[in-house]
Amino acid sequence: MSTAPLLDVRDLEQRYTLPRESLFRPPGQVRALNGVSVQVQAGESLGIVGESGSGKSTFARVVMALERPTSGQVALLGRDLNRLPPDELRRARRDFQMVFQDPYGSLDPRQTIARIVAEPLTVLEGADRTTFRDRVAAVLRQVGLRDADMDKYPHEFSGGQRQRIAIARALITQPKLIVADEPVSALDVSVQGQVLNLMQDLQEQFGLSYILISHDLAVVDYLCDEVAVMYLGRIVEQARPEDLFERYAHPYTRALLDAVPRTRAGGGRRRRGAQAIASQSAAATGCPYAARCPLADQHCRDALPELRRMGEGHLAACHKAEAVMALPQTVMEG
Amino acid sequence: MADPATMPLIEVANLGVRLNTSRGPAQAVRGVSFALKRGETLGLVGESGCGKSVTALSLMGLLPDSAGVTGSIKLDGNELVGLSDAEYCRLRGNRISMIFQEPMTALNPMHTIGNQVAEPLRRHKKYSAAQARKEAIALLDRVGLPDPARRVDAYPHQFSGGQRQRITIAMALACEPDLLIADEPTTALDVTIQGQILDLIADLVEERGMSMILISHDLGVIAENVQRMMVMYGGTVVESGPTDEVFRRMGHPYTQGLFRARPKLGARKGTRLKTISGTVPELADLPSGCTFSDRCPLVIDQCRAALPPMVNVGPGHFVRCIRTDVSMAERVGALSA
Repeated sequence: MSTAPLLDVRDLEQRYTLPRESLFRPPGQVRALNGVSVQVQAGESLGIVGESGSGKSTFARVVMALERPTSGQVALLGRDLNRLPPDELRRARRDFQMVFQDPYGSLDPRQTIARIVAEPLTVLEGADRTTFRDRVAAVLRQVGLRDADMDKYPHEFSGGQRQRIAIARALITQPKLIVADEPVSALDVSVQGQVLNLMQDLQEQFGLSYILISHDLAVVDYLCDEVAVMYLGRIVEQARPEDLFERYAHPYTRALLDAVPRTRAGGGRRRRGAQAIASQSAAATGCPYAARCPLADQHCRDALPELRRMGEGHLAACHKAEAVMALPQTVMEG
Repeated sequence: MADPATMPLIEVANLGVRLNTSRGPAQAVRGVSFALKRGETLGLVGESGCGKSVTALSLMGLLPDSAGVTGSIKLDGNELVGLSDAEYCRLRGNRISMIFQEPMTALNPMHTIGNQVAEPLRRHKKYSAAQARKEAIALLDRVGLPDPARRVDAYPHQFSGGQRQRITIAMALACEPDLLIADEPTTALDVTIQGQILDLIADLVEERGMSMILISHDLGVIAENVQRMMVMYGGTVVESGPTDEVFRRMGHPYTQGLFRARPKLGARKGTRLKTISGTVPELADLPSGCTFSDRCPLVIDQCRAALPPMVNVGPGHFVRCIRTDVSMAERVGALSA
């Protein structure tokens, strides 16, 4: 082991209690996170993919210390965020910032851009906003906006520009980690590329780490050094993108890849198998994916597969991982 | 009278739509023409504000009263532009149906799904309540809703996003329409569910011999699901043709830009996306001449002078660009597998 990781998440569990349905039974629980462990090295990026309900946004909120996990720990630079006193936690937030999906909802329409972007500084340093204008101007230039934009309001900007403003707001505290929850999915296709390129430039320039949450596998492939596939609150496969997309070892990863429509002439329709959605609340035994898995047998339904090493930096939680890897792999587009 | 087998089901000629926006009047759609035969499928691709949804809404007669529609829309030879509301009501949900992007807002939360699916049957086919309910259950079964007989009296919030979209499809299909318009039917859904919904729509289109107009911003969805496609930008059609042909040899710089700007699986970290500079223009202040001229890498003075004509570049393949000699020399496109 060389250096301590930037982010060290261990055995993270998050349960939500459902409304009580009967006086005589305990209320049900949703297990949003089921023992997630992951590490991010400084300057590297982790992508998280999965369908809605897989726990990826809960993971983001817990990593951002917006929620306290039921159990497990989140350590950033060696400090357990959930054990910090509130005052220190607020100061620690300088090191980790978030960019949200919807740039229309995440910027206050009644505040000027200067005020929005300077807000993390006002909270952290408590000083007077006017002294921050130089820093705001600098960070706006870094994300490709102009000084003159400082006194405008969010409605004067397009979706892509607003997402740049949101990124500027995250950057102004010079964080080490930015958690981005679907940062481009609300943007037009031609603008998505601009924002992704910007995120890559900023990473090279400042040595940032990203945790990038997306349902779009190509976005994650483009920006990340490592990708984790989540299913019902668990990481079912984790690897470098080239390994994950070309030598996947979990049938769910395969299903996700198969589902992506390909832009290819003469492709025609490819049939996909029907897939049932499993319940988040069932604390069933066995592999959570067994109900949807074409390879599942009795052993899969009885025993929960643990994450196993399938290769250099490649983990998969499947009893049949070797069989999946031996299957012909989905062809990538060129 | 022409032979009904060869006569187009829907024929749109020189359609123009003028909307009153907060920034003044805007020409949302200009000179859109296409014809669709029975059983054919057409895809509309473009980004927000390119006019694809406005085109769809004008076919449905759902534009705001203040909108000005010019040109002609003919369904089986009958003119639709200028029909009264009452006349349109007889067509909508009956001969032309639409599936919307957001299944939660397309369903009324206060009514059971059974009543909502049965409504077009009661209204257009004058079914009795019992008949309509029976038919609604059959439709919900056909779109793959589990246990429809028991769930017909449930409310929309009791279903998942994918199930809700199945319900809106059942509503759209209730009267066996001739034309189905699907406006981003899977954008709000997970990628694995998207595949199922698109499979379902494709099956139903084939089974009932409907025509379909599929609207999407996703080139992949269009590539796999329609026979012909039109790429729209700034209210005009910039490229049209058979889907395979367009993907094999992309002619318009905008189509090429869209294709290149998409992150692709297998493109390694460190590669750069070739983006289109600038942003989608507001409809109220489109550039004169070619609508894409402000963002186009190949722009010359002549492009700004007048809207370029459609140029034929291949079998049934048209491109609205005067620089196709340069753009097509780059051979952008996905060769067939």
